[in-house]
Amino acid sequence: MNRISIQSYINKTSDAAPLAVFRILFGLLMLISMIRFAANGWIQKLYIEPTFFFSYYGFGWVQPLGEWTYLIFIICGASAIFVSLGYHYKMAIVTFFLSFTYIELMDKTTYLNHYYFISILSFLMIFLPAHAYYSVDARRNASLRSSRVPSWTIDSIKLLLGIVYFYAGLAKLNSDWLFRAMPLEIWLPSKYSLPILGDLFQQSWTHYAFSWAGAIYDLTIPFLLLMKRTRLLAFALVVIFHVLTRILFPIGMFPYIMIASALIFFDANLHNAILQKISGWFSISKSFFDNAGVYSFSKSWIKKSTLMLVSIFFLMQLLIPFRYMLYPGELFWTEQGYRFSWRVMLMEKTGYANFKIVDTEKNQSFYVDNSLFLTPFQEKQMSIQPDFILEYAHHLEKHYQKEGIEDPEVYVESYVALNGRGSQPYVKSDIDLTEIKQSFKHRTWLYPFNDEIKGL
Amino acid sequence: MKKIVLLLLSSLILWGCSDSGPSGSETEDFDRQAILENWADNIILPAFESFAAETENLKTAANEFSATPNEQTLTDLREQWLISYKSWQHVSMFEMGRAMDLRYRDNMNLYPVNSDQILENIEEGSYNFELPSQNSSQGFPALDYMLYGLGEDDASVLEFYTIDENSEAHRTYVSDLATRIDSLTGQVLEFWQNGFRDEFVNDSGNGANSSLNMMVNDYIFYYEKALRAGKIGIPAGVFSGSPLSDRVEGFYSRDFSKELFMEALDASQNFFNGTHFGSEQNGESLRSYLEFLETTKNGESLAVLINGQFENARQEAENLNSNLAEQVETNNTQMLTTYDRLQQNVVFLKVDMLQALNISVDYVDADGD
Repeated sequence: MNRISIQSYINKTSDAAPLAVFRILFGLLMLISMIRFAANGWIQKLYIEPTFFFSYYGFGWVQPLGEWTYLIFIICGASAIFVSLGYHYKMAIVTFFLSFTYIELMDKTTYLNHYYFISILSFLMIFLPAHAYYSVDARRNASLRSSRVPSWTIDSIKLLLGIVYFYAGLAKLNSDWLFRAMPLEIWLPSKYSLPILGDLFQQSWTHYAFSWAGAIYDLTIPFLLLMKRTRLLAFALVVIFHVLTRILFPIGMFPYIMIASALIFFDANLHNAILQKISGWFSISKSFFDNAGVYSFSKSWIKKSTLMLVSIFFLMQLLIPFRYMLYPGELFWTEQGYRFSWRVMLMEKTGYANFKIVDTEKNQSFYVDNSLFLTPFQEKQMSIQPDFILEYAHHLEKHYQKEGIEDPEVYVESYVALNGRGSQPYVKSDIDLTEIKQSFKHRTWLYPFNDEIKGL
Repeated sequence: MKKIVLLLLSSLILWGCSDSGPSGSETEDFDRQAILENWADNIILPAFESFAAETENLKTAANEFSATPNEQTLTDLREQWLISYKSWQHVSMFEMGRAMDLRYRDNMNLYPVNSDQILENIEEGSYNFELPSQNSSQGFPALDYMLYGLGEDDASVLEFYTIDENSEAHRTYVSDLATRIDSLTGQVLEFWQNGFRDEFVNDSGNGANSSLNMMVNDYIFYYEKALRAGKIGIPAGVFSGSPLSDRVEGFYSRDFSKELFMEALDASQNFFNGTHFGSEQNGESLRSYLEFLETTKNGESLAVLINGQFENARQEAENLNSNLAEQVETNNTQMLTTYDRLQQNVVFLKVDMLQALNISVDYVDADGD
């Protein structure tokens, strides 16, 4: 692509309705997510009851605030309403991004790819004029009001969705997924109580069919959605796929978010029809917004730096999932570079970690009852991920120093079973974990994985 | 047109691959409800019925002792206490339904016993066993203390019930303890008999709160906490660094801690194998389920490995002194070896078995992705 075609693409404009519909649905779904999270008692259970929280490297300062944690969720939910209405949009979306991301950073036990997706999507939305059309802001501010926006602002959401799907598909191109039908071969048979499907799920060919179909779906769906001729079929597949995953797995709001997001691929007629419908319900004059105006950034340096930031954002999105290649060893085993890479449902990992505290002065040792420090959920996540094990070991070191052991050594006997293989020893049991520092360096303190998983 | 070709193509690929792949589970479905039925009808209910009969006898023996405390009634009560205590080991792991609401195990068998609290209760003459603060002043450990721990020998124990100025209160306390054990057990049994059995068996789904998931979680929790840690690990000092001989089960009666442990070990293995209560016959169980799934580890059947590990633990435990407190004080290494044998099965049960059965180890129903 040469300079001129890039320039003309940047200046190209589109109907603003898809972006407005996206903003409205995003805000609404986020509000529902927050209410659902609170109604399930998860704020209490996940962020208030535990006494210790696992932090992302460098984010140890992000901690739950006791009972005040509820306030963060209220702020997050309220900002979602503002986003949906397009009322003080910029401030609302920044607040949403910050509060949502804060929540996710409080404890990495709850890490989910789709939470990460929401975080980065809301970050991207900070730079998009999603409030230029059909919003309270646009209603009140004539200079903002525009029924056309730069095409790249809508395309950037399509690109992000495309990356999520395509990278999730790439991650499935491995021998466990394709040639052992793992972990679906473990997961599906346990869904025996579903009508009709329950019986199919007992059969090996079903596991392979689902694995391959899942990989093909992820790799092709962005393109099928982009092409006008296949779009309707693609959307039907999106609905079927996500409804099916909703039935099979406890994945909360994610299917609905993805289905709603996929609407952005349709052309503006659909979105205008949706807005017309909404206008009917609430007696809003849609034509008020249809001014044929083109959204423009207020200053040229703002436009330039926005484009620059969004470009860097996407460059990072393209590269981050491949950072695992910098590390030796099997990714599924070491989990170095596993998160933030759209590796969804790829592993069934079960583990067990038994920590030993050695009091070198008294020449005594004893084992730790993990339930005194961690919730069952935290213990489960801890026992299968090396960075959790290390962080917990350091927490134990501090705890027992306070208990009067001057220089406690912490060892762990741990076992992990991955994708149906028998359990294998995990962290080297003769290494004093208090001597190991958290870092991005290769983890030499794990036993090697006794098998090979080929592929990306 | 293209899309139809693509769909056809992909389905062809899928069909093609399904034949050549390594076979996992068989084509016919495994009937998980049959496991629940076997557990409920052949293990849990008979075990509770048998235990409830023993606690009734225990209550009778305690009342007889209270009415006429002498050598004979004390011996009778002690005997019945031991029989009931051993019978208890077969129901302790079933902490679900009413038992969970009552926190049955905490009320029945929390040790070490709080002897100061017991003496205070007797002194004051009023106590509410339903308070959590009273957990360690009731149940089998409290009877252990009352029947063996009050004095050095039988005669001096008996004096507390005969010539002590508070003898009346001591007698009442003993029969109150037995009555409480019996009434809690009656409630749990009745709950199973009146509807919970059907609820348990029919909840054969695969959710986090389904019967199979709950029971397996309870079972492993029991194995880890009550059996491995409670009976062996804690007294051996595994969690404290130095041995704690006063933490053994049946501390005051001295001679039964190993016997109680062996009974619990049998009960645990029987549950794994689906062995009918009071018989040698095996029914549908975790073992048969693992065999159906053909779960192997390093080429060996996981079910065989788990049973082998139960055997290993039993063999080590055979060498223990019948008084585990004495064992801990004289040769703790044997105790630690037994612990290690028990520990190895935790990995098999909690990692390999749970992965094979796809049972999640916690009850948190948070989202996944």
